[in-house]
Formats: sequence, structure tokens, C-alpha cells
Amino acid sequence: MNAPTDPSTLADPLVIAGHAYRSRLLVGTGKYRDFDETRDAIVASGAEIVTVAIRRTNIGQTAGEASLVDALPPAEFTYLPNSAGCYAADDAVRTLKLGRELLDGHALCKLEVLGDSRSLYPNVRETLVAAERLVADGFQVMVYTSDDPIVARELEAIGCVAIMPLASLIGSGMGIVNPWNLRLILEQARVPVLVDAGVGTASDATIAMELGCAGVLMNTAIAKAREPVRMARAMKLAVESGREAFLAGRMPRKLYEASPSSPSTGLI
Amino acid sequence: MLTLTLNGVVTDVDASTIAELVATLGLTGKRIAVERNGEIVPRSRYVETPLAPSDRLEIVGAVGGG
Repeated sequence: MNAPTDPSTLADPLVIAGHAYRSRLLVGTGKYRDFDETRDAIVASGAEIVTVAIRRTNIGQTAGEASLVDALPPAEFTYLPNSAGCYAADDAVRTLKLGRELLDGHALCKLEVLGDSRSLYPNVRETLVAAERLVADGFQVMVYTSDDPIVARELEAIGCVAIMPLASLIGSGMGIVNPWNLRLILEQARVPVLVDAGVGTASDATIAMELGCAGVLMNTAIAKAREPVRMARAMKLAVESGREAFLAGRMPRKLYEASPSSPSTGLI
Repeated sequence: MLTLTLNGVVTDVDASTIAELVATLGLTGKRIAVERNGEIVPRSRYVETPLAPSDRLEIVGAVGGG
């Protein structure tokens, strides 16, 4: 189980809005075959923070039917309600207020405002408007956004607690298509930057962490792998290894110039 | 019986407060949020919040998502 850890025991915690987390891998709860697979994959991933969507309850549902909160109790995991499916600031704010209410006033949320139903690309103008309103209302906003460094800067200035630029399109598995922009964002940010959207396999997550991201958020990469639980384990290791490599400080790249690893003297 | 719109569907309900409606739907104690005519009704106010004809209600929960 990925129960919240005592922050004082963590050597390299992910700190978001003053809270320390052991896992730098955050996972979505959508697209799994069933709740058992959802739970097995998320437990295998080691994730402590999980995103959820806010939707109308199925009124015709029988009272005894299982729900997500039964499979992943909010006492065990930190829920991150999202505003998925919202195309305007008003809808996103309304959705996240409902999310906060159903989580007993929990302030952490994931803001996303989409601009196109095919690409699911974020509408950054509406995102900025929503972010301002949410921060003013006391939310701790982790904001999904494009990899535009100026927008990232503005979202941070508004008071978002984390900036989450896309690696590529939601659910596309294309990995980080623009590491250059991501680096620009990382260089200027003073809040955690987490790659969110487009991660496809373990190496994508490792690259994000090697670049200096504070964490990675993914859903489809795990849920739509052939073996989701196995991929969840791979992602846990990928994020950990990328983080270690980042902290270790990689060797410099040498273009067009080799450097032998074996001595040049004492040759027979 | 009241006629109101519940989760987008015009419905007849046998309840006069939010608390009664939630109970009728088998949702008492479940992790939900309720919005009445565009305003969130806190859980602590379910019992004292009346329902009126033509109310627009949204009852939402957390589901899987990314």
C-alpha cells in the first residue's frame, strides 16, 4: 500500500504545496479494465497521488455496486480531482469546486481546460483565467498546460503550486516531443514541474526525470500497456532511475570526439 | 412528489429535502457532492435544504480519470 509517509524520513521528497511525498510518479485512474486492475496497477506503481474525474453519479446504480473510492480509499491515497472534459474556465472552476466538496475540503486539484476535442490540447487562455479564480478561492492548483514557457511563467506567477506541461498529446504515448521547451520551463520554474500527458513507455518517464522534472503524471501508458501491472512497476523504476541519474549529474556529451575508457599506454 | 431535473433528466422524486433525496437514491454516506441550481450544497446542510419544483440538481462522484 502506498500510505502517506512520515516526511521527515524521506531523503529526496517531492514537495507540493508544502506536503512531502515519497513517490515522484503520479498516476491516473482511468482506462483500466476494472477496479481490481486499477488498484493492482496503482499499488505496483508506488504512486501516492492519483487523479480522478468528477462525473454525475449513475442514478440507476444499485446501492451495493463497487465504486472507485472503495478500490482506492481516499485515506490511503491523495486524490487529485481533475477538470477533464472542461472547455471553459467556468466549467473547470465549477467541476473542481464540486471535487473539493466531495473530498471534504481538500484543496489540491488538477486544472485542465481543453481547447480541442480531437487533440485535447489545452486552451491556455481559459486555463489562465481558471487558475486565477481557483487560486483566489484557496485551491492548490497543479495545472496541466502546453509547453509554452511564457504561459508556464504566468501560471506560476498566478500562484499555481505545480506546473504540468504536456510531453505530447493526452493518450498518444508519443513521449516528450519537445525537450527544448521543457528545459526552458525547468530553468525558470520555482515550483515543481511535472510532465503530464503523452508518456508512452518507461524511457519517456526516465528522460523527463533526467531533464530535471520533479515528477511525472501518466495514465494511458500504464492502463493501455499489454500488462498494466508490469508496466506500473517499470514506471516506478523508470522515475526512480531518472531521478537518481539527474541527482548524480550525467557525464558531458562530447560531439565528434571520442575518449577511450582503456589506457593508451602500455600497449603490447 | 416533486418534478425536478436530476443529473440532466426530468424526474419525479419522493423527497422534500436534499437529505431525503440522497437517501432515496441509496447515496447516504457515499462520497458525493450536490449542486442545487448552480450552488454547491455542503453535506452539513443536506437535512435543512428543501427541494422545490423545477430545481436543477447535480449529484456527482469521483470516477476513474487521468
